[in-house]
Amino acid sequence: MSEIFQKLRAITNDKTLSPKQKAHYLALEAENMLPYPDLDADVAKALEQRVICDMYEGHAPYKPRYVLPDFSVVLKNGSEYLELPVPETLDEAINTLMIAYHHTPSVTGIPVYIGQLDDLLLPFCDGVSDDDLHRKIKLFWRYLDRVLPDAFMHANIGPTDNRVARAILRVDAELKQIAPNLTFFYDPDISSDAILKMATDNIVECSKPHIANHPIHRDTFDERGYGIVSCYNALPVAGGASTMPRLNLLEVAKRATSIADFFDNTLPHYMELNFRLGQARLDYLFNHSNFFTSFLVDEGWIARDRFTVMYGIFAMAEAVNTLQDIEGREGRYGFDDAANALGLKMSEMMAGIVENRPMENVWRGRAMLHSQAGLSTDAVTTPGVRIPYGTEPDPVSHVLALAPHHQFYTSGISEILTVDETVKNNPEAMLQLCKGALAHGFREFTANVASNDLVRVTGYMIRLSDVEKFQACEGSRTNTTALGSEAANMTGILDRKPRVVGQELSPKFAS
Amino acid sequence: MGRPDTHAIANKILTYSIVDGPGNRLVIFLQGCNFNCASCHNPYTIGTCDHCGDCVPACHANALSISGGKVIFDPANCDQCDDCLTICPISASPMVHEISVDDIVNIARTHRAFLSGITVSGGEATQQLKFITALFTAIKAAPDLRDLTCFVDTNGQLSAKGWDALLPVTDGVMLDLKGFDPALHTTLTGQNNTLVLHSAQIAAGAGKLHEFRFLAIPGKTDTAAEISALINFLTPFGPDIRLRLNAFQHHGVRGVARQWDKMEQAGIERIKAALLAAGFENITTPALYL
Repeated sequence: MSEIFQKLRAITNDKTLSPKQKAHYLALEAENMLPYPDLDADVAKALEQRVICDMYEGHAPYKPRYVLPDFSVVLKNGSEYLELPVPETLDEAINTLMIAYHHTPSVTGIPVYIGQLDDLLLPFCDGVSDDDLHRKIKLFWRYLDRVLPDAFMHANIGPTDNRVARAILRVDAELKQIAPNLTFFYDPDISSDAILKMATDNIVECSKPHIANHPIHRDTFDERGYGIVSCYNALPVAGGASTMPRLNLLEVAKRATSIADFFDNTLPHYMELNFRLGQARLDYLFNHSNFFTSFLVDEGWIARDRFTVMYGIFAMAEAVNTLQDIEGREGRYGFDDAANALGLKMSEMMAGIVENRPMENVWRGRAMLHSQAGLSTDAVTTPGVRIPYGTEPDPVSHVLALAPHHQFYTSGISEILTVDETVKNNPEAMLQLCKGALAHGFREFTANVASNDLVRVTGYMIRLSDVEKFQACEGSRTNTTALGSEAANMTGILDRKPRVVGQELSPKFAS
Repeated sequence: MGRPDTHAIANKILTYSIVDGPGNRLVIFLQGCNFNCASCHNPYTIGTCDHCGDCVPACHANALSISGGKVIFDPANCDQCDDCLTICPISASPMVHEISVDDIVNIARTHRAFLSGITVSGGEATQQLKFITALFTAIKAAPDLRDLTCFVDTNGQLSAKGWDALLPVTDGVMLDLKGFDPALHTTLTGQNNTLVLHSAQIAAGAGKLHEFRFLAIPGKTDTAAEISALINFLTPFGPDIRLRLNAFQHHGVRGVARQWDKMEQAGIERIKAALLAAGFENITTPALYL
C-alpha cells in the first residue's frame, strides 16, 4: 500500500494542480485499485507490453470515453430531470446549454462536445441585433474557457454561412482562447467562399478552427448527424464513442520477421487482441456500470445503441521504417514511394479487418478506424499515420503523401500542417491550401502558423506562453497545459518544423 | 542558344510558395540574370554555366561529371552541400535543368487544387521571355488551368517591346527597384535604372503592377533622398498601389555586401511611416527579420 499512498500523497500535495484537478486524479487512482475487466492471457500480456493500449481510461469503465448529446433535445423539450423549461430567448437557450454541459460525462470529466452551435442557436436569433449577438457569444465564450478550461472541449459550426457562425469566428479570433476547440464544416456546395475565407483567416490569426470535409463525414454517418469532438474525432451525435483501444504499430512491426510476416501474422494477431481489449471494456460499461440508466438516455439526449468504438492506431511512420530496415531498404516514410505504399497497404488492410469484425454493443456492430493523435507519454512514436516531427516536407507534399490514407479512418484522422508566419502577409494561401487538401480527400484540414502563441499539440491547443509558465512551476488554469508540457518535454512536439522563409528566397535544387 | 522557345533553363521549381504572389503558387526560378547585385540573396542564379568544369573536382558526392565538353549533373547523388556553387567563378550553377512548357503544365495540373497561380521568377525571368510568353499562353488556353493567375517577378530590365509581348498573357507583375539615384543603382546592380522605372510605368499603365518592391539597404537606399524619390515616383500610381518594403539581410549574400549593415525593423518602420504620411495605404513589411 505504501507505494499507492505515496502516489496519492503526491497528488494531494502537488504544488501546481487545482483542488478540482487533484480530485480528478485521485478518483482515477481509486478506480485503478479495482481489478481490470476480465482479459484472456494473450490480451493481458499485449496490454502489459503496451503493444495494445487502453489509453489509461481506467480499470472500471463507468462512462463512455466521448459523449455527444443531441443538445437540440433539451432546447426543444427542456428537461424534466433538470427542471428546465423550454427556452424561448437566446439568453435562455445559451443558459440551458451551459447547464447541459455540466451533465455531459466524458473521459476527462469535461464535455468534449458542446454542439452544432449555429444550428442550435439560430432559431433563437430572430430580432437579436448583430451587436447583441456578438456580445452574448463573447460572454458565452469567456464562460466556456474559464469554467470548462480544457482544449478537448469542441464546438462545431457550418456548413452554411450564417450569423451565429460568423459571430463565433469573430469572437474566437478576438479572444484567442485555448477553449473551446472549434471545427467549421465545409461543403463546397453549401458553404460560401466568404465564410471559408473567414475561417482560414482565423487559422492565420490563432491556428483555429479545424476545417472538416463535410460531404465525406456526412456520408459516413446517418441522418441524425455527426460531431467533431475532442481533437478531431468524428462520431455519431446522440451517441459517441464508448472506448478507444489503440494499437502501437511500431511494437507490432518489431515482432515481425519480414513484411510478409507482418501482414500475414503479426498485424492480424494483434488487431484481434485489440478488439478483445475493447470488447472487455464495453462489456463492463454496458453490462455492469449502469451508465445507461441515466436521464440522458430517458430524455433522448443520447441513445444506448449510438456509441461506436474508435479503433485507434498510431506510430505508422516508425512501423514502416522498422519494416524497411528489416528488409534492408533505405526509403523512409513520408518521402519514399515504396515506404509510403507500405503504409497505405497497412491502412487498407486494417480498415478491411475493422469492417469485417463484429462487435457487441457498438453502433452498427462495427468499430471505426481512427488515426490516433498520441498521448503525452509517447516518447519515440509519431501520432497516427503522420510524418515524424521535424522531418515533414512542405505542406503540399505533406498532403499529397498522406491524402490516400484518409478514406480509411472513418472516425477521424488529421495532419497538422505547419505554415510559416509569412502567411500572415498572404492569408489567401491558407485558403488555397485548405481547398487543395479537402479536394484531395483530406477529412480534416488543420494548420498551425509557426509564430502563433496558440498552437496545436497533438490535436488540442496550448499556449506556448502557458507551457513556459508551467515549467517555471506556476501551474496553469487550463487542464491541457499539463498534458501539453509533458508532451513537449517527452516527444519533441515543438520541433514540428516550421517552413523557413529562406527556402523560397534561396532556392536550392531539390534532390 | 539553340533552345526552342518552349524550353528554358531552370534553377528550381517549387510547388508550394506563399511568398511569391497572392495565395499558394507554383514558382519557376529561371537561371541567369542581367543584373549583378552585390546584395543578391541567391547569387548562384546570376550566371549561366559555361562548362568550364571547375566544379567537377569540388563535388565530393560524384554528382558532377564532364561528358562531351559539358558538365553533367546527377541529382540522385547530390547531397546539397553547395560546394559547386561556392567554387563557380561566374556565379552560375551546374545544378540546373532544362524544362519545357509541357513539363510545367503537367506539374500545374497535378497540383491544381492547391494553386492560386503560377509565378515565374529568377534569376531574371524576362531573360527567357519567349518561354514565359509560351507558358502563360498555354495556361490561358487550357480550360482546367486558365483560372490560375500568371505572374512574373522581375527586376524590370525589359524593353517596351518585350512588355508588348508579355503583358497580354500576364495577370500580374511584381517588380523590384534597387534604387532611384542612377549612379547608386549602377553601383548596386551594374546597370542603370532607366528601363526599370519605365517598366514599372508600363505595367501600372496596363493595370497589372501587382506589387512594387523596394529593397532598403542601410546608408544606401534608406536615405531621405531615396525615400522622397520613391514617394514622388509612386504618387501617380495612386494611394492603393501595393508596395512591399524588403529589408536587406545577410542570408545567402556573398562578398562585399556581407560587410554592409543589415536593415533592422526600426528602419523599415521609419520608411513605412514616411510612406503612410505621404498617403500610401497598402504597405507590406517583412513578416520576419532573419
